[in-house]
Amino acid sequence: MIDLEAVTKRFAGAARPAVDRLSLAIPAGEVCVLIGPSGCGKTTTMRMINRMIEPDAGRIQVAGRDVMAQDAVELRRSVGYVIQHVGLFPHWSIADNVATVPRLLGWDEARISRRVDELMALVGMEPAQYRERFPRELSGGQKQRIGVARALAADPPVMLMDEPFGAIDPITRKHLQNEFLKILRQLKKTIVFVTHDIDEALKVGDRIAILRDGALVQYDTPEALLTRPANAFVEAFVGADRALKRLALVRADAALEPVIAAKHGHHVAGDATLRDALALMLAAGVDALAVVDSDGAVQGVVTMTGIRARTVKH
Amino acid sequence: MLFIEAWQFILDHPRRFFSALATHVELSIGALGLAILIAVPLGIWLSTHVRAAQAAITAANIGRTLPSLAVLALAMPLLGTGFAPALFALTLLALPPILINTWTAMRQVDPDVVDAAIGMGLTRGEVIRQVELPLSLPVIFAGIRIAAVQVVSGAVLAAYIGGGGLGDFITAGIAMMAMPQLLVGAVPATLLSIGADRLFGRLQAALTPIGMRDA
Repeated sequence: MIDLEAVTKRFAGAARPAVDRLSLAIPAGEVCVLIGPSGCGKTTTMRMINRMIEPDAGRIQVAGRDVMAQDAVELRRSVGYVIQHVGLFPHWSIADNVATVPRLLGWDEARISRRVDELMALVGMEPAQYRERFPRELSGGQKQRIGVARALAADPPVMLMDEPFGAIDPITRKHLQNEFLKILRQLKKTIVFVTHDIDEALKVGDRIAILRDGALVQYDTPEALLTRPANAFVEAFVGADRALKRLALVRADAALEPVIAAKHGHHVAGDATLRDALALMLAAGVDALAVVDSDGAVQGVVTMTGIRARTVKH
Repeated sequence: MLFIEAWQFILDHPRRFFSALATHVELSIGALGLAILIAVPLGIWLSTHVRAAQAAITAANIGRTLPSLAVLALAMPLLGTGFAPALFALTLLALPPILINTWTAMRQVDPDVVDAAIGMGLTRGEVIRQVELPLSLPVIFAGIRIAAVQVVSGAVLAAYIGGGGLGDFITAGIAMMAMPQLLVGAVPATLLSIGADRLFGRLQAALTPIGMRDA
């Protein structure tokens, strides 16, 4: 869906290129996370996809079309754009903010109005209550909900998200990550997601591109990144606790073992991660937990032995 | 007593009074209008041109400190006397506050808002018209308000270079030590100044976007 071929960008006066012959292929419908230390070129790379920054060399294609061969304004209208500080228009109502791109595209007002209601409901902002409000009346989390609704308005196949949850408090952030991923996966968007938070990257990414000094160090699935880091830099970047991080990628109900003991004193929800399960076992001093579904019915167990086997093998 | 005599002067010379008043208002509106037409687009342009802005804003700041009479006096050797040089000088007087405020306001627009606007596919013109300008209007109008008061008061001095207006009564009144006649110029000119200030104050409030007004 998005193809970068040997893309280079050098800013005037900089000692080295911000992005240096970077090649990256992002399949349709996947979330690709760009991550790395500050100055690694992740945001520059993302911004070159909708020509907010123009590459000096190389080629970028979106849906098979070279972005430099398209009109920049038209290209941007067809790509969703979400930034850390949202950038809602303070002088426009929430409904008008969400309607930005449909208005630019000349949709009729009835269609725009229906679309605004639909999107506000999708991101959990009751249209009747919030349509006529103004951005400054919203909390940070609510603003980003509207920011995402605005980016989705004209149903773009590609979304660029630059640290969308970076300015939001940790509890709301976790909540929004889960909620938006569900929404964006359902909508089958191809997403380029920039972050500097490795936990967020592992959680949201189908694939993660680790960048350093403008070059690609490793481009892999979260599982592969944790089990087979390409070099010491990646190993350090993903952290010494990568075994634990791998456990966080697996849901408890995906690691079920048959029930042996008649009764397990402690249980864990099926949609919790193995990392949560391990923490519960350590806290309770037990070697196994019953895994229950949302109705409380026991589905099976997870065991310390099973978890250990997962962290060692592969 | 003095005011009654002044009132009587107006009643005795209605045509002279209203023609002077009309000239005064024409000079003010003309100068302010020209200054807005020049300074607002220039201020917008300067907001994205750093080098030119440095020079222009420095010039504007110097211009702001020049006494109104000096500006009018400088216009005379260049353009002679009459309405046109007075209009020119008053326009010059009105430029700095509008230019400085427009430039400042445009630069104060939240860069994230502008980035989001460009990223969503607004053209440069759409960004200016739909985003930057509406968000800058309150500050721009604060500058226009300052300029309006300066121009209306400054127009009194137009009489010195033969520009006409209410200043004619004041200069004549001083020359002849005729206090009533002096008041015929001074009182309406003062009222015009106050009126201009209040009018633009209201406009400024009305043009502040709803989402940005103080709750």
